[in-house]
This record gives sequence, structure tokens and C-alpha cells, in this order.
Amino acid sequence: MSADHLERLRREGRIVIVGASLAGLRAAETLRAEGFAGDLTLIGDEPHEPYDRPPLSKSALLGMASPLRTQLPRRREIDAKWRLGVAATGLDLAAKRVRLADGDEVEYDRLLIATGVRARPWFKEEEARLDGVCVLRTREDAADLVRRLRAGPRRVFVIGAGFAGSEVASACRELGLPVSMAERAGAPLVGALGGVIGSVAADLATEHGVDLRTHVTVTALEGDTVGRVRAVHLSDESVVEADVVVVSLGSLRNTEWLTGSGLGAGPRGVACDAGCRAFDFRGIVTDDVFVAGDVARSPHALFGYQFLSLEHWGNAVAQAETAAHNMICDGADRRPHLWMPAFWSSMFGVNIKSVGVPPMGEHLMITQGSLAERRFTGVYGHQGRVVAAVTFDNARWLEFYQRQIERGAPFPVEFPTLDRRPEGRQPVPAGFPDPSLPTHGPMVTLSGYSPADQQLVFHPSRH
Amino acid sequence: MPHASLARQITDFGNRANPYPLYAELRRTPVLHEEEDGPYLISSYYDIEALLHDPRISSDATNLAAAGADGAGEPEETGGLPPSFLRLDPPEHDRLRRIANTGFGPPHRPRRIEGMRGAMREIVTELIDGFGDARQVDLVDQFAYPFPVTVICRLLGVPREDEPTFRTWVDPLVASLDPEKRPGGAQEAEYRQSAQEARMRLGMYLSGLVEERAREPRDDLLSDLVNSRGPDGSMTMMEVLSTSVLLLIAGHETTVNLITNGMLTLLRHPEVLGRLREDPGLSVSIVEELLRYEPPVQLVPQRTCITDIEVRGVTIPKGSRIWLMLAAGNRDPERFEDPDRFDPDRGDIQHLGFGSGIHSCFGAPLARLETQIALSELARRLENPRLVEDPPPYRENAVLRGPRHLDVAFDGVR
Ligand SMILES: Cc1cc2nc3c(=O)[nH]c(=O)nc-3n(C[C@H](O)[C@H](O)[C@H](O)COP(=O)(O)OP(=O)(O)OC[C@H]3O[C@@H](n4cnc5c(N)ncnc54)[C@H](O)[C@@H]3O)c2cc1C
Ligand code: HEM
Repeated sequence: MSADHLERLRREGRIVIVGASLAGLRAAETLRAEGFAGDLTLIGDEPHEPYDRPPLSKSALLGMASPLRTQLPRRREIDAKWRLGVAATGLDLAAKRVRLADGDEVEYDRLLIATGVRARPWFKEEEARLDGVCVLRTREDAADLVRRLRAGPRRVFVIGAGFAGSEVASACRELGLPVSMAERAGAPLVGALGGVIGSVAADLATEHGVDLRTHVTVTALEGDTVGRVRAVHLSDESVVEADVVVVSLGSLRNTEWLTGSGLGAGPRGVACDAGCRAFDFRGIVTDDVFVAGDVARSPHALFGYQFLSLEHWGNAVAQAETAAHNMICDGADRRPHLWMPAFWSSMFGVNIKSVGVPPMGEHLMITQGSLAERRFTGVYGHQGRVVAAVTFDNARWLEFYQRQIERGAPFPVEFPTLDRRPEGRQPVPAGFPDPSLPTHGPMVTLSGYSPADQQLVFHPSRH
Repeated sequence: MPHASLARQITDFGNRANPYPLYAELRRTPVLHEEEDGPYLISSYYDIEALLHDPRISSDATNLAAAGADGAGEPEETGGLPPSFLRLDPPEHDRLRRIANTGFGPPHRPRRIEGMRGAMREIVTELIDGFGDARQVDLVDQFAYPFPVTVICRLLGVPREDEPTFRTWVDPLVASLDPEKRPGGAQEAEYRQSAQEARMRLGMYLSGLVEERAREPRDDLLSDLVNSRGPDGSMTMMEVLSTSVLLLIAGHETTVNLITNGMLTLLRHPEVLGRLREDPGLSVSIVEELLRYEPPVQLVPQRTCITDIEVRGVTIPKGSRIWLMLAAGNRDPERFEDPDRFDPDRGDIQHLGFGSGIHSCFGAPLARLETQIALSELARRLENPRLVEDPPPYRENAVLRGPRHLDVAFDGVR
């Protein structure tokens, strides 16, 4: 693109952002901060200005913050046209136009796709409609769940023990509510952190009074005569009475509106290059459509250039900033999105953090502290390299391990570390389930090398 | 001394008033090792920050290669008492620090520090009232020393009247923190003995109080230390004593220097002093910038590595002494724009003044609040304050660096 053209884009171009949440807002702010003076439109199907989601499963459930008051702080004025409460329904790449649910069309010179993910609903529609069956993704979901928890249910049943589900169970226990949690794998957090760490999470949950049921699936939700949920049926034939059921089975990417557009978009997200430019379905990169946040899948140099999908707050911010920067820059001025995956959570009084891509690791070493004390640092290895680390109440060391990942340090960790226990001298299998099986809520998904997304197989490849 | 090593120049008393040019020179060799068996000096911000989070770096003196030769740990950690958590590694460090914290901050005592705000203001008011009709005071002896000492005594539950007694034990202990004050040779033994004796006496003095609190708990930190029975168990009597000695000493000398360095810096930057007079809220960012610009703890001289490590291509052998030059890192141009300028308005003041990582200052919330109150009250009440002598005379100590006296003249007290 000529310098002239770029100058005009920055001065009077039209930029459209679809998805008015964390990634969308941060991108808009970055565009303005970097001098974009043209037309900026934010399209969001939620009727609210951008708000923050992590508190919805933490402080909000405990009544410490209102779920309706988690607006994202603004970094600066963005002087944008807001089209809130209206979904984008289609994209015409050739004509550079976004179609809206109300029939309107919006033209762009540059488009940012930041439509994120939504909660995977209970798979039987009729059961999903029972009163008391909830998911947790939006502000309304949280407000509804808070109201139900306040009403003092006899028992809450959480389906799926990923981070989100475990956080909900933890909040319920803190509120003194009886709670059961069912998980297909052998323990909570197995998809995200593997079975070894999962068993620590299992002990934590059980000790805090969660009725944890593993190696089971929920087969049916049973309603009463007036359409309220009253019981949960499990694959081991047991039946648990519950009047609130929280379905926490991971998420679905919001890409349906791109069907037929010719973009490389599908159930695994929208593929983009390291510069956040979207690929079309042939694997050819576009130059005016960008992607950021939970909906994106992008290749990462540190992880063998596999496509990574990250449902991480910090990734959404960093990727949005990079995408915005690249949207109004050219060639050498563009930057790659090289964010180190990082995630935090807190449950049952324990602060959990991770860096890197734990599910990529076959082996795990507890380099500091001990599993039994629930205070430790675990390091994941893949093909002789450190690829991830997790801490339970030990976050102050994480920075060190992040640098180990960045420099591809050798695994197993041979050097001594402070507070190394006998259990940490040898690596053990990390205990991730068979990668060809879907697990919900891994939060980091490796999805191979192909930018096109024609098939729906889950296969983080491990070579 | 044209050929003296940089490390020696830094600890040399002659350079106490302005060590910053030396630090700048030091940063040109970010990992500096000048003499065999001498320390490795780390002076760039990012390296210091990294080593403070590095699980191969130990605070435990027994991991020093020299420790074997010495036959004992550092003098300030002996004297019959076990090492305090400042000189321990995980898991002991973490356990003791967590127990100590149950008496100090959230979640158990969320209001212990903030709850002292009123008392702190009263002490400050009394001290300034005490200037009376004087038109010149030594800010160290008449203000910066008595204030934090009164506060830490009250917090711990140590009678303030006893201060002159235990001060004679605190002083040699503080001096022993200065790595170059160790004389070596024949004097070394004597020096070490005096530090050990001071520590033992202080411990014995405190043990009387601790026993009282075990029988009859009060609303103070000593009572919490001796009576805590949490998920981490409780401290042994010896651990309680080590911890109280640590808190008493750490709460003594450091804040004194921050207040004094603070007033000195403000008097050298009258426009900032003027703004503070109008807006006491500015004290928050002034204190942070002070911790960067004139940190009371200039270096952390008590680290070693439990295995060979590599920093910027230099291999530091296992057991070496490592000095983390906090004050040099705080003025690293790689990290801070225009680092030699005192500028409370810089948006990003992530200084190393309180250290970082698991040993980061335990007393930071207390020290911050004390200094904010002290500086804003001095700014508000002293009319037309001026430095009498610039630079002022400094203390010997190169680690806990600060003026020994700070004579300030003024036209009156509001
Ligand atoms: C309960 C909960 C707890 C969490 N806790 C943590 C945590 O502890 N740590 C962490 O790192 N991350 C956490 N996350 C994840 C984090 O919130 C997400 O990574 C982040 O919200 C991603 O931002 P985003 O803007 O990419 O996507 P989203 O926040 O999903 O936003 C996408 C927006 O686009 C809208 N949209 C979708 N389709 C369309 C369309 N066709 N037209 C118009 N608009 C559309 C959506 O309604 C939504 O408003 C949590 C998430 C949830 C739900
Ligand atoms: C301005 C004043 C202060 C400064 C600049 C300061 C600075 C520091 C620094 C740099 C460390 C890290 C040492 C290391 O890494 O080895 C530290 C540790 C510590 N400080 Fe402070 N300090 C101050 C005031 C206080 C006060 C008032 C107290 C007591 C109430 C205190 C108690 C401690 C303790 C207990 C430690 C050891 C922490 C550990 O090892 O986990 N400090 N301080």
C-alpha cells in the first residue's frame, strides 16, 4: 500500500469493529491512541457498553460486587459510533461490508473481528429451557445466577469442572450452599492442567465440601410439572436433586455470522497470522480483516507455530492492541502478536496462575513446594523443552519460569531450586486426557497447523 | 584511591553523599566481579528484578561458599537465636512470614496499619509541636528517628520508655548489615562477638515481653506472634524472638532514612515541596518516587546462588556472594526515562526500593503510610524551611544509607 493511501486511511478511513467487549474496546482505544482520526464504529449484540467478565464468576457470585457494575475502565476517549444491541449477521469481503441484524449495512476500509465466544449450552434444548438451568458468560447470566443463589437453593449442581465450573462451585461453598459438581475426566481442571494437578484440585474441592463426581457424565436434566429443574441424572445411574444447574461445558466461538463469507472461520475460531490478519478459507491472508481475542486462533512461534486459541483476558487485551496497531500501519511497522499465554484463577482460597501452554506438556515436574501442601510450582515439558508452568499460591516465581519458556530451556529441570522436595526430582506424566477427545474449558486450545478450518476434529498435534 | 575496586569505592564512606555516579559507572558492567572471593555486583534493573524472582537464588547464609570457611552464618543471625525469615528460604521463610502476617495485615488484621493512622498523626503533631520556638532543628534526632521508633514500639507492644536501653543493642546490629564494616583479621572476632551479644541481649529483653503476652495477650503484634495458631501451626518461642528482633530492627533504621532522604530531596526541589504543601495527596507519589530516587536500602548484600547461574553471559559460581544493587537499578536508563531526575509525576514508578519477590518488604504498607504522613505534615507546618548544610553528614552504613543529621532552618511552625 502506498504511503499516501495509508495516510488517508489514518486520516479519514472507516474502521469497523464487530464485538464490543474487552478486545473490541481495547482495540478502539489503541486506534485512537495511535492517531487514527477517521470513522470508528463498534458493533455489539449485547445492549451494554463493554464490561468485564472475570468478576462474574468470582466476586459477583459472592455478592461483593454487583454483576451489573463491572464496566471496563476506559483508557481514553474513543469517539466512536456505537451500534449496541444489534448483531452482525454477515460479511461481504469483496464489497467490504458488514450486514447487521436490523438490515443495515456498514462499510469498512478495515475490519476487526472480536466476537469472542459464548457459553456452550446444554445439548438437549428442551432440558436447557427448564427454569433453574443456567450458563455463565454474560452480565445477565451472572445476575440471574446471583439471584438464584441468594434465594437459597437446596443444592446447586455444576456440570463440568473446568475453571469456570470450579469457580462457581467454590463461590457456592463460600456462600454455604450445598453443591455437586460432575466431571467426565478423573478430576477438575484436567483439560487445562492435566491429571496430576487435577487431583490436587479434586482434593481442594472435596475438602471444601463439594460433592465431586468424576468419570461421569450428565445424561439428563429432569424437570417438575411446572417446568423447574428438580434433578440431575448421571451416567452411573445416580440421581441428584438440585434446583439450580450450572452448565459449564466450555464455549462456542461466535463465527456463525461469517459462514459463507470466504474467511477461514469455523467452530475453532477465525484463523489469523501473527500480525492478526485473518486468513481466507484457502489459507491466503487478507489485508483488511483483522482478528483479536477469544475468537482468534493464531500461530505462536514459541509453540512450534501451531495455531493457538486462548480464552485469556490478557491475550484479548494484547492481541487487540497489536491488531489495532497493525490495522493502521504498513510493512515493517507492523508487529507480531507474541503474547505469552498467562492465566489466573482463584478457587477454594487458592490463587492459581499459569504461563505457557500446559496441555502441550507430556510431563510435569514439581520444582518447588509440594502438591500435598497445595502450594507449589509445576513445570510442563514437551520434547525436552519447558513449555508451561503453573503455580498454586506460589505466583511470585512464575516470572522466572516464563523466561525459561521464552528461551526454550531444557526439560527436565536439572538445576536445583529452592524448596525442591523429593517428589520434584523426577518428571511424571502430566496426565492430560487423550488429545483426540474433546475436553471442555481447556482455555488454551492447540489446533494444528492449518489456517483453514474445514473439519471439526480436535487435534492438538504432538510431534 | 584511583585503583580501588568499584565495590570498595561504593562502600567507602567518602562517597556516601552521592554514590549515584559510581552506580552509573557500575551499570556499564552489569555483572561485576572485581576480586576473587569478592561479591558479584548486579546493577541493571531487569537483572535485579529477575534474580529476585529466581528460585536458584538463596537468602540463607549457610549456602554461601564462604559460610563453611567462616564456620558460622552471618553475625546478625546468630547470638543464640535462629535466623529470621529475612535470612531463610522457602519453605521456612514462607511459613514464618505467613504467620507473622496474621498479626500485621489482611485477611486477619486488615486494619492494623490503617488503624494507626490517627496515632501516627498525633505522634507527628507532638514531635513538630516539640520544636517549640526553635528556628533550626536536627530533623533526624528530633523527628525522623523518634517517629518510626515510637510507631514500631507501639505496633509490637514494646514499651517506648525502654528504647534507650535496647537502642544500644540495635545500633551494632544495624551496623553489622554493612558488608564492608566487617574489619577482618583480629578485629573481626571482636566485631562479630559484639553483634552476637547485641542480638542475644535484644532477644532476652524481648523474651520477657513475649512471655507476658503468652500469658496475657493484648492488642499488639507480639501477642499475635506468640499466640497465632493458624493452618501453619505456631511459631516456636525462638522463632517469635527472631521475628520480633527482625521487625524491631527493620522498623527502626529504614523509615528514618526514607523520611530524612525525603525531606532532603524536597528541600532540594522546592517546587515539589510547595505542591505538597498545597496538596497532601501528592505525598503518595512523592514517597514512591523517593523509594526509587533515594532508596533507604541501597543494596541487598545477602544473596547467593545454590547452583552455577548465568547472568548476561557471566557465570556466577554456586555459593558466590551476590549484591543486588537496588539503588543502581532504580536509576537504570534502560528502565526509567531520565532516571536522575526526581519526578513524582512519572506515571510508572515500579521501583526496587522495597525489593521484590518473596522477600519484598514486609513492612512496606507501614513505611509508606508513616512517610506520607511525616512529609506532608512537615511540608504543611514548617514555614520557609531551608537546608543548613548540603550535603549533610551521612551515616557510615552503605547499605542503609541516609544522613546522620539533617539541620533544617525555618521561620516558624504553623
Ligand atoms: C465467568 C468468566 C470468568 C472468566 N475468568 C477469567 C479469568 O479469571 N482469567 C482470564 O484470563 N480470563 C477469564 N475469562 C475469560 C475472559 O473474560 C475472556 O478472555 C475475555 O472476555 C475475551 O474478550 P473478547 O473481547 O475476546 O470476547 P468476549 O468478551 O466474549 O466479547 C465478544 C463480544 O462480541 C459479541 N458478539 C458476538 N457475536 C456477535 C455478532 N455477531 N455481532 C455483534 N456482536 C457479537 C458478544 O456478545 C460479546 O459481547 C472469564 C470469562 C468468563 C465468562
Ligand atoms: C522505608 C522503609 C523501608 C524500606 C526501604 C525497606 C526495604 C526493604 C527491602 C529492600 C527488603 C528486602 C530485603 C531482601 O530482599 O533481602 C525488606 C525486607 C523486609 N522488611 Fe523492609 N523496608 C522498610 C521498612 C520496613 C519496616 C517499617 C518494617 C517492619 C515493620 C520492615 C520489615 C521488613 C521485613 C520483616 C523484611 C523481610 C521480608 C522477607 O524476608 O520476607 N521494613 N525491606
